[in-house]
Order: sequence, then structure tokens, then C-alpha cells
Amino acid sequence: MRKIWSLTGGIHPAENKHQSVQSSIGSLPLPDRLTIPLNQHIGAPPKLLVAEGDRVLKGQVLAEPKGFVSAGIHAPTSGIITHISDHPIPHPSGMAARCITLEPDHKEQWIEHRGIDNYREKTPSELLDIIRQSGIVGLGGAGFPSAVKLGPKQPISTLIINATECEPYITADDMLMREHPQDIVDGIKILSFILGDPDEILIGIEDNKPEAFEALKPYLQDTNITLVEFPTRYPSGGEKQLIQILTGKEVPHGGIPADIGIVCQNIGTTYAIQRAIQHGEPLISRITTVTGKACATNRNYQVLIGTPISHLLQNNGFDQSQCPRLIMGGPMMGFTLEELSIPVIKTTNCILAPTAEELPTPPPTQPCIRCGMCAEACPASLLPQQLFWHAQSQNYEKLEAHNLFDCIECGACSYVCPSNIPLVQYYRAAKGEMRKLAQEKINSDRARERFEFNQARKAKEEAEKAAKREARKRAAELARAKKADQEASPGGADTETNSADDIIKAAMARAAAKKASPEEQRAKLERGIVRAESHVNAAQQRLDGLEQDATDKQWEQARAALEDARLRLQNAEQKLAALGAPTDDKLKDATVDTAKSVMDKIQASPREALEKKVSTLKERIAVTEEKLVSADDKTLKTALQNGLKKQQAKLKDAEQQLAETPATADQPNSTPKTEDAASAAIARAQAKAAAQESMSEEEKLKASVESLQNRLKKAQAKLTAAEAEGSEHIDAFRTGVEKLQAKLTAAETQLAEKTQ
Amino acid sequence: MALLKLTSPHAHTTQNTGNVMQLVLLATIPGALALTAFFGWGTLINVVIASIVAVGCEATIMHLRKRPVMFYLRDCSALVTAVLLGLALPPLAPWWLVLVGTSFAIVIAKHLYGGLGYNPFNPAMVGYVVLLISFPVQMTSWPAPMPLYPEGTDAPGLWQSLQMVLPFFNESVDAFTAATPLDTFKHNTGLLVEQLYQSDPLYSQADWAGVGWEWANLGFLAGGCFLLYRKVFTWHAPVSMLVALALCSALFYDGGSSVSHGSPVLHLLSGATMLGAFFIVTDPVTSATSNRGRMIYGALVGVLIFIIRSWGSYPDAMAFAVLLMNFAAPLIDNYTLPRTYGHKKPRKATEKATDTKD
Repeated sequence: MRKIWSLTGGIHPAENKHQSVQSSIGSLPLPDRLTIPLNQHIGAPPKLLVAEGDRVLKGQVLAEPKGFVSAGIHAPTSGIITHISDHPIPHPSGMAARCITLEPDHKEQWIEHRGIDNYREKTPSELLDIIRQSGIVGLGGAGFPSAVKLGPKQPISTLIINATECEPYITADDMLMREHPQDIVDGIKILSFILGDPDEILIGIEDNKPEAFEALKPYLQDTNITLVEFPTRYPSGGEKQLIQILTGKEVPHGGIPADIGIVCQNIGTTYAIQRAIQHGEPLISRITTVTGKACATNRNYQVLIGTPISHLLQNNGFDQSQCPRLIMGGPMMGFTLEELSIPVIKTTNCILAPTAEELPTPPPTQPCIRCGMCAEACPASLLPQQLFWHAQSQNYEKLEAHNLFDCIECGACSYVCPSNIPLVQYYRAAKGEMRKLAQEKINSDRARERFEFNQARKAKEEAEKAAKREARKRAAELARAKKADQEASPGGADTETNSADDIIKAAMARAAAKKASPEEQRAKLERGIVRAESHVNAAQQRLDGLEQDATDKQWEQARAALEDARLRLQNAEQKLAALGAPTDDKLKDATVDTAKSVMDKIQASPREALEKKVSTLKERIAVTEEKLVSADDKTLKTALQNGLKKQQAKLKDAEQQLAETPATADQPNSTPKTEDAASAAIARAQAKAAAQESMSEEEKLKASVESLQNRLKKAQAKLTAAEAEGSEHIDAFRTGVEKLQAKLTAAETQLAEKTQ
Repeated sequence: MALLKLTSPHAHTTQNTGNVMQLVLLATIPGALALTAFFGWGTLINVVIASIVAVGCEATIMHLRKRPVMFYLRDCSALVTAVLLGLALPPLAPWWLVLVGTSFAIVIAKHLYGGLGYNPFNPAMVGYVVLLISFPVQMTSWPAPMPLYPEGTDAPGLWQSLQMVLPFFNESVDAFTAATPLDTFKHNTGLLVEQLYQSDPLYSQADWAGVGWEWANLGFLAGGCFLLYRKVFTWHAPVSMLVALALCSALFYDGGSSVSHGSPVLHLLSGATMLGAFFIVTDPVTSATSNRGRMIYGALVGVLIFIIRSWGSYPDAMAFAVLLMNFAAPLIDNYTLPRTYGHKKPRKATEKATDTKD
């Protein structure tokens, strides 16, 4: 006899298994329709391959696995796909999900399929692929895709076949072992081959199934498979508990059995894998126990996946008036069903229809007296009553310290609780809340990190900018000092203008930044449009990708997302249109306006001079006229009249000149030239604006630097000329040159920054 | 009929809190019978008066707290408190002593703290200590065991006992009082243990540790074993308490000299030792929660009992030891979490979430 270890804690509720083992595994007539949920496993939902109205053959793939942890589904019989829609599925919440409704044509026409005669000729990965394509998932409970579980990265030394079936009432595995021992042993050998023939293969079975034990025993001779019987005690069938019982090892906290070189498979899954490998049959049916006193017959059936519960119950003389609650699974971990149209899925091992006497509704909860019976029953060595107190007070830190997440929700604590406290429900609620909080914490941490990083980046940029500014300032000072040394000119008053210079520079930089802002805005909008377009594309793709396997809600969401993205795109385009075209005009206008105002300024003095001239002329004429009136001398009169005529002519000229000077030129005396220069400047400005439009920012900057350099040269030439002449405007010229220099340096640094 | 939506598990034991309490009550019977056999009707009268007072108080408080009265009375927890207090009080104690102790236990020690499951201190022991401190004379007047009555004196019958306990009769109890074995040891100066055992009929007529007392203790031990068998509690707290007490007394036995504090047998089978070990220390509400914690809790109760018995001013110490350890229970709980499946070592309840898991 092999040594067995004892289960920590545990309970021994009434087994109630005898009712359903009285007759062999039966089969049921085909139901009117089969409702096959798309997602019957843990992992990603499969990709739908059929459409409404399609005719499918028995065993045909309805949906193929999508993603690593996923499983496909197959047509349980031949018929027509009538609907692909949301339907209530077996779930504790009673939720609905996407299901394929298949109307059988009663022909039971199989799709072409073939088994593998000698699987040892194949590679384990080829076999794993067959298992994956056959839609096989753990039939014991959770429905984890078997191909994933059978392909661990860690080396495996022990394969454990779980034939425990520790939940009361359920006998599906028991009957399977009694009726298909040969197939099961073949299946185990296949698993062994896939796992690289582990040293030890153990079948764990509780001692309340002697018939199954005897049935398997003869087939295990001359094999390295050991059948291990141990005392019946719930929950010895839990994966972690079974490993503890058979090997004395514990799966480390947060780990999986493969971490300690163990793979555990349910015996039903083993059988399904044997069918898939040796017969080519995908998982389209399973053995389900129908039991409970509200059913006249209690029996196991080979049930097609998708068979409505109502069909099972009706064929077993179900009396709903006797059945206050209907349970899928066992009385310890099963969940209640609220509708009879819910289908049997791959993990449905039992339909339990108890009467009120059989499983009475729990009496009102009494206060916890901390009796500790729960702690004695807990297979994970937790302190359930402490968890309960902390769950009640939502003390999540304490719950974490008390290892709430090691709770397997077996229900042993609730079972023994003399105060009828629904302990497991408290744990589930607390776990849900804690998971939510953990997610929120991750999110907020991420946001905080992002924010901090952003702040650090900004600070760094700011520091770099400040350093650059400092360097520039020093360079400018150096240059000025050099220049002052070189020239040693009388206008050495420059030194005082340093700070003023800085102010001007800063102001100009600000102005430049401001000027850039409409462009930036435009660029921003353009980027926005690109983004919006990509949003629309993504939403469209998602919508296309959804196909028919998604729920109605997902459809709606996808459509809403697309609509939203479109709207945003439209919005952005409109904004750009509103800003875009006028922006160009505005930009041009602005440039032209500046040019005009500059002209005005330049022209201001000549115009004023002209006006002055006109007014003085008028005054002179008035004086002359007076003189003429008061003059008696004839010669004087003629002289005066001649003078007056000349003055009038001059006035006329001046007035004409004044009238003709709406725009101005550099030289106040030559009106036409002024006009030409003004219009030329406007034209240049317009051309520049137009050119700028088509130029990138860098090019624009380069152009402005060039023009500034030209202007600076001209201004310097003028300055030297003025200095040579000793003109009185020499100061004006000098400030002009300085201003230009400042502009040029500003533009150059801007350019340097850009090109960096 | 619509199908119910219920969460798993769907199966439950038929056991409820009321059943557990009834088992405890049942288990007190051997001890109570032994007490009655040796000390007369007084014990049963105590229990009855205490029970009536306790149920009355419980019902009143539940009514005031606007809770369903019958639902809470059915859990029998008030009755357990009353019976344990009644058994601990001296037989033939005046009625008002029982009344004060029980009502204090139920109203103050239990319900003011939130009722069943929320009381940090064992209500029966709180009631006992209140009486011991307030009425030391009445609380230390134990009747002599019947076999030691002077020749020709009959033990008081039920009627006579009632007359002694209830008001308006004023029968004197004094005629029947005598020192308890623990009293005797406490006041022994000069006699070797052997001499004392020979000279005092309380010991010389006893089999192990004092006439009457040893049987009462054995009765409670039997009741405790029954509860252990029925898995109402685990062995950890009572066994560790008894072992600790036995070890301490063995260590300080002093070869039976005149300053000896008594043999382990004396300590185990006299006073409230067994009643305390199986009915008080095992009170789940006020003790530690994990098995390891309960062992520590029980052992420290045992040590405290011996310390107070030997060097304190009270002959017995059950109530004080238990109340002192009630204080310590939450602290013990913090550091005695069991090792959870898959973890290398036990954690502490004070661990923060940021600490490493394992």
C-alpha cells in the first residue's frame, strides 16, 4: 500500500451518491434545439466560424480557439444554425452570453473524422494541438483548456488523475470508470506520453467508489499506473487537496501544480482526450448526473453539450412544485439556476433538483460565537471566523494578512457553522472588492508615476532652457564687449543698453512664440484629425473583427465607439476649416498690416512735414493777401501778386503732394517712389506670407534669418554712411542696427533650437 | 414556483448554536450532580435562580434592543452563563447574591458589549469576580461536605435549603460552613503535607484531594471529555491549562513541606479547576481563535491560577486568571495564525499588505 497523507480539515456530508448509480449511463432523445454557449471555459472566447442559417454536421467546428488559453466548440449533432444570440448561460450570476442555437435534423450525420492508430508516432505537440482543436477543457469544474495544462514549461514527475468526485450526489466520474475503464487507461497513457512519461502516475479515488475501483484495477496490471484509494472526505477532490493527500506536497502559494512537477487531470477529461486522439471525436457530449428527490429517476446520462436543463429534467420526471432550488453542480460548490432553458455545458457534471426537505433553506443567521468549527473544517488552514469578522468590517489589510486569497471557496466552513453564517459568500464579496481595489491601486500608481515622470521631464526641459538662455546671454555680452573693444567708438553708451537689450530680446522671443501659436494650433488640429481618423479606423476594425460571436452589448459598444470617433473627426475637420482658411488669410493680413504700419511710421514725418508745409503756405498766402489789400503801391502790388501766385502754386503742389501720399516711401520728397516702395513692401510681405505658408517652420526661420541678415547689412551700410557724413540721424540708425541684430540673434537661436 | 437564488454551499449541518449550548449544558450534569451529592441542594438552587434571572435579563435586554426575543433565547447562551455561574457560587448562597451576579453577567458583561459573540470577557467569570470582591464573606462560605458533618447532624433537605437561600426565612447557613481544601492549604502554617492529610478529615477521608471536591472535579472532567468527544471544542486550551497547572504545582510541591503549595493532584482536583478547564477556558468567544493561540491561552491561564492560588490573597483563582487572559486573547491571536496551505510559514495578523507574501 502506498502511503497517503491526510487531508487538512474537511467534512463528511451525507454522500447521497447511491440514488444515481442504480442504472447505467443512459442516453436521451435529441432535444428540439441545442443552445451552445460560445465561451464554456476559462480564457478567451473562440472565433465563430458559422453563421445563422448554416447547415452543420455532427462534430463540425462551430468556433475555433482564439488565443493561447482558449477552446473551440463543435456541433453536437447535425442540423441548422437558427440563431446566434444572447441566451442565459450557466453562471452564478444568471447572466446571458452569446450562444449558438442549433436545431437538430435528427440525421446524426458525422463530419469526416479519424482517430490516430498509434499516437506514439506523433509528437506531443501534435497531440496537444488535436486536444486544443477538439475543444477539450477540464471537465471537473473550472473548465481550463486542457492543452494549456498539459503543456507546462516545468518538467513533470507526477501525473495525477483526479477520480475523487468528493461532492455529494455527483456520480458522473464513478459511472464513467465503471463503464469505460479500458478507454480511461488508454487516455492516461496518452497523457503520460504527452507529458514525457512522468515517473509516477497516480489515480486518486475516494473509498466510497469500490465498484469503480474494482472496474479499473484489472486494466492497470502491467502498467506504471497506481490506483490510490483514500478515505472519503470533502474536499479531497480539490486539486491542491488531492496533491496533498497523494504526495504530501503543497502547491506553493500563488503557484500551480507544475511548479512542483505535478499535473492533475480529471478522469472525465482523460476520457475525452482518449476519444479525441483515438477516435477523432471532439468534445460534444459529457456525462451528467441528474439527481435529487424532485426527480423521479436519478441517473447519469451521456448528454450533448447544449441540451437544455428542462429536457434533462422532463425526461426524469421532474416535479418543479417540489423543488425550491435547482442546482448545477454539487450541493457544496454548485450554483443555483433560475431558468430551465439554461443548457448543459462542458463543465456541467450534475443537475441537482432537491426537495425542500432534502436541502432545506438555511435558517436565519445567528451571531458568530467564534466556536472555531470552521477552522477545524478548513482544508487550507485558514481561520474562517477571523476572516468573517474582518470581511464584515471590510478590513482588507487584515484579510490579506489572514490569507483570504488562499480560500478555495469549498464551503466546508459554511457547512459546519452552527450559526448558519454564509461565510463563503462573505469571502467572495470581500475578494471581489479587494481585486477591484488592487486594480484601482495599480491604475492610480500608474497615473502617479506618469505624472511624476512628466513633472521631472518638464523640470529638466526648463533647466535646459534656462542654461541655454544663460549661455546665450553670456555669448551676447562677450560679443558686445569684443565689439566695444574693437570699435572703441564714441557711442560707447552701449553698455547701458545691455539690460534694455535683454528686455527687447525677451519681448521679441515672446512675440515670436505668439506668432507661432496659430501655426501650432493648426498643427495641433491636423494632428487631431489624424488621430480621429485612426480612431475611426480602429473602431471600424473592431466592429469588423467582432463578427457574430460577440454579445449584443459588445456590438452596441463597438458601434457607439465608431460613431463617436466619426463625430470627433468631423468636429476636428470643422474646426480646422474654421481656423484653417482664415488662418492663412489672417496670417497674410497680419503680415501686410505690420508692413503698412511700418510704412506709416516711416512716412509719418514726411506727411506731417507736408501738412506743415501746406499750413505754413496757407498762412503765408493769407499774410500776402492781407499785404496785397493794404498795399497802395502798384509795383509792390504786382510783386505781391506774383509772390502770391508762386505761393499758391507751391500750395497747390504741396496739397497735391499731400493728397498723393496715402502710402509712403523711404524718401519723403519723392512721392511716386514712396508709393512704389510701399506697394513693393506690401507685395513682398504678401509674398513672404505666402511663401511662409508653404514653408516648414525651419525653412521659415531660415528665411527670416536670411532676410534679417540682409537688412542688418543694409542698415550697417547706412550707419557707416551716416557716420561718415556726420548726419544728425546717426543715433536712429544705430538703434535700428541694434534692433536688427537682436532680432537676428533671436531668430538664429530659434532656428538652432528647431534644428536640434 | 420561482426557483430560489442561493449561494453555495447548499448543504448544512443540522447543528446550530442552540444545539452546541445544549450540549454544554448537558455536559455540566455529572459535575452538578457530584456537587449536589456532596454539598446538598444549594448548588441546584443556585443554578435554578441564576437561570431564571439570566433568561429574564436576556429577554428584557433583547426586547429593549428590539430584537426577536425568542430567537435569541433559543440559542441558550444566557442559560449556559447562568448554569456556570450557579455552579461556581457557594451552595446555599443567599438569593440576592445569585441575582446580582447573574444580572451583572448578562446585562453588563454580555449585552453592554454587544451581546452574544461580542463580549470580550467571560460573563460568568465577570459576575463571579464582582461578587467575590463585593461580598467576600458570602462568597467564601462554602458548606462542609456532607460526609464530614458531625455525628447526628442531618444534611439540610430541599425545603430547609430553600429556607436558607430565599428571603423571609433567615435560616442560618453558618452551621454548615467549613474550609475548602484550597483554604486549608492557604492557611496551613507549620504542618507537613503528610501531617495535614492525616489530621484533617477533609483529606484523610478523601481518596485523592479533598472530600467532595475531587468528585465534583471528576464530574466536570467527564463532562468535558464528552464535549471533546462531540467536538464542541478542541483539546488545546483545556489540556494545556491542566498541564501547565500540573507542571507548576509539581515544580513548587517542595516535597510536601510545611510551606508546600499542594500537590498536582490537589490542584487538579480541587477548587474550580475542571469546571474552569472544560467550561470556562473553552468559551470560544473570549479565548484565542487558533489552536496554537488556544494552547498559549490555556497554558497561561494554568500558570496564573497557580500563581494566584499560591501567592495571591484568594484561595482559588479561576475567575481572575481567565479574565486576565481574556485581555490577552486578541494579542495572542495576532501572533498565532496557523500556517496556510501553500505557505512556508505562518503569517502575523499585524502584517501590512506591502510585506512579502509567503
